[in-house]
Amino acid sequence: MSTPPYVLGNTPVGTIMFKVLLALVPGIVAYVWAFGSGILITLALASVTALVSEAIMLKLRRRPIKPSLSDNSALVTAWLLALALPPLAPWWLVVVGTLIAMVVAKQLYGGLGYNPFNPAMVGYAALLISFPVIMTQWPTPLEIAQIKLSFADQLAYIFNRVLPDAVQLDAISTATPLDYLKTELRLEHTMADIHQAPVFGVFGAKGGEIVITAYLLGGLYLMQQRIISWHIPVALLGGLAAIAGVFHLIDPQHYDSALFHLFNGAAMLGAFFIATDPVSGPTTPKGKLIFAASIGMLTWVIRTWGGYPDGVAFAVLLMNLCVPLIDAHTQPRVFGHDKS
Amino acid sequence: MISRLLKLNGGVHPPEHKLESTSRGIAAVPLAQTLVLPLRQHVGNLPKILVQPGEHVLKGQQLAEAVGSISAAVHAPTSGVIVSIEDQLIPHPSGLPDVSITLKADGEDRWMERKPVDWRNTERLQLVAGLRESGIVGMGGAAFPTQIKLRPGGGSGIKTLIINGAECEPYITCDDVLMRERADEIVKGIVIANYILAPERIIVGIEDNKPEAVQAMREACAKSDVRMDVIVVPTLYPSGDARRLAAILTGIEVPSDKRSSDAGLQVFNVATMMALYRYLELGETVVSRIVTVTGNVARPGNFEVPLGTPMGTLLEAAGGTLPNTNELIMGGPMMGFSLPSNDVPVIKATNCIIAGAPLLFPAPPPALACIRCARCAEACPVSLQPQELYWFAKSQNLEKAREYNLFDCIECGCCSYVCPSNIPLVQYYRFAKSEIIAQDKAKEAANLARERNEFRLSRIEREKQERAAKHAQRAAGAKAENAGDTSDADEAKKVAIAAAMERAKAQKEEAPPKNTDNISETAQAEIAAIDARRAEQKNAEQEN
Repeated sequence: MSTPPYVLGNTPVGTIMFKVLLALVPGIVAYVWAFGSGILITLALASVTALVSEAIMLKLRRRPIKPSLSDNSALVTAWLLALALPPLAPWWLVVVGTLIAMVVAKQLYGGLGYNPFNPAMVGYAALLISFPVIMTQWPTPLEIAQIKLSFADQLAYIFNRVLPDAVQLDAISTATPLDYLKTELRLEHTMADIHQAPVFGVFGAKGGEIVITAYLLGGLYLMQQRIISWHIPVALLGGLAAIAGVFHLIDPQHYDSALFHLFNGAAMLGAFFIATDPVSGPTTPKGKLIFAASIGMLTWVIRTWGGYPDGVAFAVLLMNLCVPLIDAHTQPRVFGHDKS
Repeated sequence: MISRLLKLNGGVHPPEHKLESTSRGIAAVPLAQTLVLPLRQHVGNLPKILVQPGEHVLKGQQLAEAVGSISAAVHAPTSGVIVSIEDQLIPHPSGLPDVSITLKADGEDRWMERKPVDWRNTERLQLVAGLRESGIVGMGGAAFPTQIKLRPGGGSGIKTLIINGAECEPYITCDDVLMRERADEIVKGIVIANYILAPERIIVGIEDNKPEAVQAMREACAKSDVRMDVIVVPTLYPSGDARRLAAILTGIEVPSDKRSSDAGLQVFNVATMMALYRYLELGETVVSRIVTVTGNVARPGNFEVPLGTPMGTLLEAAGGTLPNTNELIMGGPMMGFSLPSNDVPVIKATNCIIAGAPLLFPAPPPALACIRCARCAEACPVSLQPQELYWFAKSQNLEKAREYNLFDCIECGCCSYVCPSNIPLVQYYRFAKSEIIAQDKAKEAANLARERNEFRLSRIEREKQERAAKHAQRAAGAKAENAGDTSDADEAKKVAIAAAMERAKAQKEEAPPKNTDNISETAQAEIAAIDARRAEQKNAEQEN
């Protein structure tokens, strides 16, 4: 005998995660166009590592393997981490980061639904702290690159760190605008001069701004599909834009514009794909607003005054810490109860 | 008058499946040879049996009378002979048997003498008191005795009388067809309720997926002298829940610790109004009801069914169940329950029977971990946080569950319906609720035991003192007799006074037994009050 309700009208977890993957596809396509096909190798490497490590962990934990592997959540973590890493990162960096995300941040805490921190961001933060040089080595956008590596060249570089003859590392890598801005401001260069650098695009980074626009489109698709609500993206981007905008108004020579901050680094990816992770985020509407706006502002603070060029990962992890508190203090009014 | 409707928080839109059963009019069901009438067809006290096995009874005759304030009478649905009075399987989620009267029909279906009431010229209190014999309960499925909700007018404080024709659950159409075919009778019942409660306003709420019913009710209302507004509400489950419907129609949220009537509202189902009319103007007690038979049956439809008719007979009237039928559900697919057998009888709360099949209601896939997506919270019409309640229920953190308003949950099933992880959330809440209630009862029992023990210890102490006092008295008396001098006499007096004081003290201490009794009575009264409140709440929930 079964129990009510006898009918279900749900979107299964596997479908939700699949749609998140689908929403990342435009970003990935733009990524390949902007930085080369190496990202596909990174994505594949992270995916395989995530699935295998999750299966092994489930086996060790004596949990059913099939339902967890088929919920697509491991792939979401793998893809988000891969997209956050520099596209030509060495294979072992991708593997180590994915292992930290899957084994430590997810499975050791009890698997999907039990991890207090965003697994992809734990993996990313661990790598950033441990290997800061490799983690900030970004390839030159193809738009302005003198040398374009073939797929085989990229494969060789990822696995063997071997570049074709006569190609120097400096020739294919460049500082990201966020990185460049930080260094140049320290050297007391003017904002106008800084923005003359070839890596700056129309409103973000060359190439990068296209990828970020594609992320935005994917994110809007997720909202249209009701996979995510508007609260987190709007509050995160709003929080970031607000604080950046205020400081830019006060002192435009030392603080870049809101638009620059929105279309650089991981802000857009974070707003639609990372901070929206339901497991490690708050559940109440008001809580989501507080959580995401804080991430947006913390991101700007870390970018501006912190030691790293971008701050999304640390901001997300810091706010993950606050989730139980946020949830407890933002309970909505229950039907028939006074406002408390 | 155009009223702005309040938008309900949450809610879901399950496939309606109402068309299957509305294509045919209300049909009759062949009289079954044997009818089983459970005494407990309502919320409240078990009624007292008035008949003996072997006795011949007439249709409409009272077989059991209401006991106490919350109770309802049970009547013979046809003429015949009482065969037995014993425990039988009843349609209840527990699947447990309960005391029932079995009636063998004589086939004549002969009514007792029907006595219509001249209600317009009857004092309201007397009218309502008379309703105890009508057997009328909330016919929307809640089965709460109606006379409790008809506390007479003026002083009733009822400002808005709401007639619930929302019928928000999928599959169920008994109220829909009733409004289409018998709108006049419903309206006549509303006129009576209006006389008793004297509200300022009467609203009939119907969901917008029932245009024919809306039309019929509008026409019937227009013919009446009493003004009543038919208001169409958007189709959204569970808009038909009494408190939700009241909020949509009036904007008033009944406080969760109060009754609807405390907020000046009273909500009745349309079929309840028809029963009121039939009892007072035709003298007919509740002997039948409209039941939707649908799902995996050959000819889905609505039937006027004598109470006590076995489900099997009813299913045959609908052309029988189709192959692959694997269960019978009473009520709708959101809040109904599986019946233990085809033999259980139709009772006053039976609004719908759905023959289930794997194709109609596939078994849910295995539950996965909660991903805290809060889709349940978005769907919750009470604005609870189901994902938190699930967590607390699962970890048996019951105090926290209570703190997060577990008892405001109406078990509508919206959360389970949308859960991406297929978690049977409602089952967790039911479990947590019953655990908390059991714990509260255990605590109460422990308190009682502690009080009893304290009393016992004080009694032992008192008896010891009494013995000592008696002993002292005897000793003093003996001494006085022996010596006989004044000082000794004084001494004896003193001892006697002391003993008397001891006795008085002891008597004083004897009070506790009464206290303890009182305490337990208070406790019992409290329990009764809690039960009544819960019954009321349940009633409110199910009056849809």
